[in-house]
Amino acid sequence: MKRTVPLIIAATVGFVVIISWFIPYAQSWGQNVMIWFDILAAIAIVLGGGNLVKMHLRKVSDRRSGWGYSLITLLAFFTTLAIGLSKFGVNPSELYPDYVWSGNHLQEGGGFWWIYQYLYLPLASTMFALLAFFIASAAFRAFRAKNVEAIILLGTAFFVLFGKTYAGVIVSKAPLEWISTTLGWQTDALEMFRLDRFQETIMDTFNAWGNRAIMIGIALGVASLSLKVLLGVDRSYLGSQE
Amino acid sequence: MNRCMIVWTLLLALGGAYLLARAVTGHMGLAYIRQRSFDAQAEFRGQIAEIDVQEQATQAAGMTLDKEKAERRNWLKTRLPAVQGIRWTSYDRVTPREQLNRNGQRDPDVRFSWSNTIGIWLAALGTLCILSFLYGDNVFYKLAEAVIVGTSAAYAMVVGFWSTVMQNLFGKFVPSLVRATVLPSIPESTQSEWIYIVPLILSVLMLWRLSPVGGWISRWPLAFFIGATAGFRLVHYLHADFVQQISSTIVPLVVFKTDGSVEIGTTLKNSGMVASVLACLVYFFFSIEHRGSIGRIARVGIYILMITFGAAFAATVMGRISLITDRLTFLFDDWLWWIDPIGKRVGL
Amino acid sequence: MIEFFRHLDRRWIFLAMFFAIAIPILTGLTFPEDPSPMVRSVFQTVDDLPEGSSILIACDYDPASKGELEPMDAAFTRHCALKKHKIFYITLWPGAVPMIKKNIDILEDEFPNYKYGVNYVNLGFQAGQEGVIKVIVNELQDMYSFDDDGTNLDGIPITRDVKNIQQMDLIINISAGTPGAKEWIQYAATPYGIPMIAGTTGVGAPPLYPYIPDQLTGILGAIKAAAEYEQVLLEAYPEQCNNPRSRLGQQRMGSQLVGHLLIIGLIVVGNIVYFSDRKRGKV
Repeated sequence: MKRTVPLIIAATVGFVVIISWFIPYAQSWGQNVMIWFDILAAIAIVLGGGNLVKMHLRKVSDRRSGWGYSLITLLAFFTTLAIGLSKFGVNPSELYPDYVWSGNHLQEGGGFWWIYQYLYLPLASTMFALLAFFIASAAFRAFRAKNVEAIILLGTAFFVLFGKTYAGVIVSKAPLEWISTTLGWQTDALEMFRLDRFQETIMDTFNAWGNRAIMIGIALGVASLSLKVLLGVDRSYLGSQE
Repeated sequence: MNRCMIVWTLLLALGGAYLLARAVTGHMGLAYIRQRSFDAQAEFRGQIAEIDVQEQATQAAGMTLDKEKAERRNWLKTRLPAVQGIRWTSYDRVTPREQLNRNGQRDPDVRFSWSNTIGIWLAALGTLCILSFLYGDNVFYKLAEAVIVGTSAAYAMVVGFWSTVMQNLFGKFVPSLVRATVLPSIPESTQSEWIYIVPLILSVLMLWRLSPVGGWISRWPLAFFIGATAGFRLVHYLHADFVQQISSTIVPLVVFKTDGSVEIGTTLKNSGMVASVLACLVYFFFSIEHRGSIGRIARVGIYILMITFGAAFAATVMGRISLITDRLTFLFDDWLWWIDPIGKRVGL
Repeated sequence: MIEFFRHLDRRWIFLAMFFAIAIPILTGLTFPEDPSPMVRSVFQTVDDLPEGSSILIACDYDPASKGELEPMDAAFTRHCALKKHKIFYITLWPGAVPMIKKNIDILEDEFPNYKYGVNYVNLGFQAGQEGVIKVIVNELQDMYSFDDDGTNLDGIPITRDVKNIQQMDLIINISAGTPGAKEWIQYAATPYGIPMIAGTTGVGAPPLYPYIPDQLTGILGAIKAAAEYEQVLLEAYPEQCNNPRSRLGQQRMGSQLVGHLLIIGLIVVGNIVYFSDRKRGKV
């Protein structure tokens, strides 16, 4: 029951989705499955939030190291949740002003919008912006041209780094003009060697070819993993033997 | 106090004094709003009058009013008693320059906003707290991190609830209740779709995972989720990423122009593509030992992949730099008022 | 000198990066943009559509990628409005809902003749990631019965006759990750042949190149492409030159150049130190 029923559910649902793709008569079944899937995805977000609360409450109650920060997390969580669910500060919809809760939860001026605009947006953006500094540090400490592969990688990186800014034009313009005047070659024909154009060529050719091979490999991997799940061979999603 | 501490204390004190002086003199981090009053009955009467004018114009032209507009007018008229006395004031954020109208005089509808000003300062200080991690892990960073973790989780929950759970679960299962409270635009004729009891039950089972007892039942909706994912990914990955990609790789190795001569550029590109993709695929074939000619082909594949990764690294660098550029632009423009790239404060 | 770099505290590197980004911002350093053939091709894809075509703009990013994608999002919105296309905004990321509102602010401020519900609509967010795409390619109202403000789609002129997104003339996806351009290609563009262009982060662009041109018409990768797109837009619609907000991407390219040069310099210096150590037998 605990492990057999989920396997049957996974297989049934998966094959319904596959069959609905190939047999038009079954398309509505597949459509219903996907609608329920999307609803469950929203509930999964709620579950994720609930898990977060459970984890941090446990940390606070056990007084583990850093429990004060867990308290802050919980405070921020419940404040945002309360303001968002109650639509605090949100005016009703202008079409239905007599329905108090008809307004958009992210209406400008509302409490939830304020939290998004002045807490979530700046903090989330800055968290990822930190990576620019760490990439600089990593470039200095770790990127070594130790062998042929590393030299190719770094060489390509240099071309693309130059080419993706005006530096590529500055660096390559003068040499190409010299070649054009000295050897009499057409400027248009030499344009493809300008660094900004050259990096586009690298992206369009070698990068695309390499990624195509990776993509084909991944597609085969996804297909085999999906089949293993549908046929019940892979049961890792069921968790421990319980 | 050692020298490092003294230097840091001095820097912070000077910086703090500078910020205080600029803030007090009104030269940084201020936000303004334009107020808008809304009177529901006046708004509805205005829309009715507008449709009346349109009706007169169409009648003058010898035509009748659009049925949709006539129905809307009737709907507005029936709703007038319900919206009587409902008024509120809303606001839109405006740039500081909009304090002055076109004649250079103060616009009476535009006023200073405490909540948005506090918000800008909070955003700026939060940004600095996160950036302080670059010096070393510290209490300010941990505080900001704790806030963003809690806020982002709750934000996603709230948006998911109002968008999907309310509209597509409760709105389909109990439309009359949802119409009476949150979504009054649900048509009166909408009937409950009892089939939605299935996702409702699955949702409850999924949330049972949080319970200390009986958490195993959450495997059922999880299996539904995993099974559906496996089903649609199997089909679409094979279609888009396997069949289509192979199809795009099957191209003529030699391309001729209309006059019979070889089109060198396209020929080189096609030949290179086929050779490179095959070489990379040979590299990924780990069940054959990479020796001899297989080894040499696999080596070519590795070199192609290194070019791919080099391009990816460079693109990553570009992406990360643009993120910090955006944050520093916010600090210098919206908070410190040191720059004004889009003219938000021109004329002040 | 090499000794200095060998023991360099990474915080000095952070400071150098800070100045490399900050000084161009403070000085307003910008450079001319020469749009690439790919960017021009993406531009033509939107521009060649007949006036009033239906465009689905999927804004699949959040504040973490706002710095990179906001300029191209704004440029696409302006271009569609200049061409008088019908715009359907949608997102699969909860954090993108206010980003769509910023696009709507652009339409309200710069295109006063553009009316909500007639020329554009905001469908908002729905959970489910690629599951949403799977549903709306067959039946839009199975997932989106209302717009983001709760108005029934049957009451909105622009959505009244839209059964599903196969009726869209073009999908424009601005994507920061998953779900994003790859999912729109796999679940909408490839199976149903809907033309699609994508604007992605720098790291998201390289894996999408294999899809060009059969499954994806073109791609704008990173802020450089956004700046080039803005340039093409200014060349085609010179009246936009008076709008400083239409150069958001170009304003950020000064920092990009200096930042890139710093990274290249750091890699070179790091390798000099490495080879010096190897020569001395320390490695």
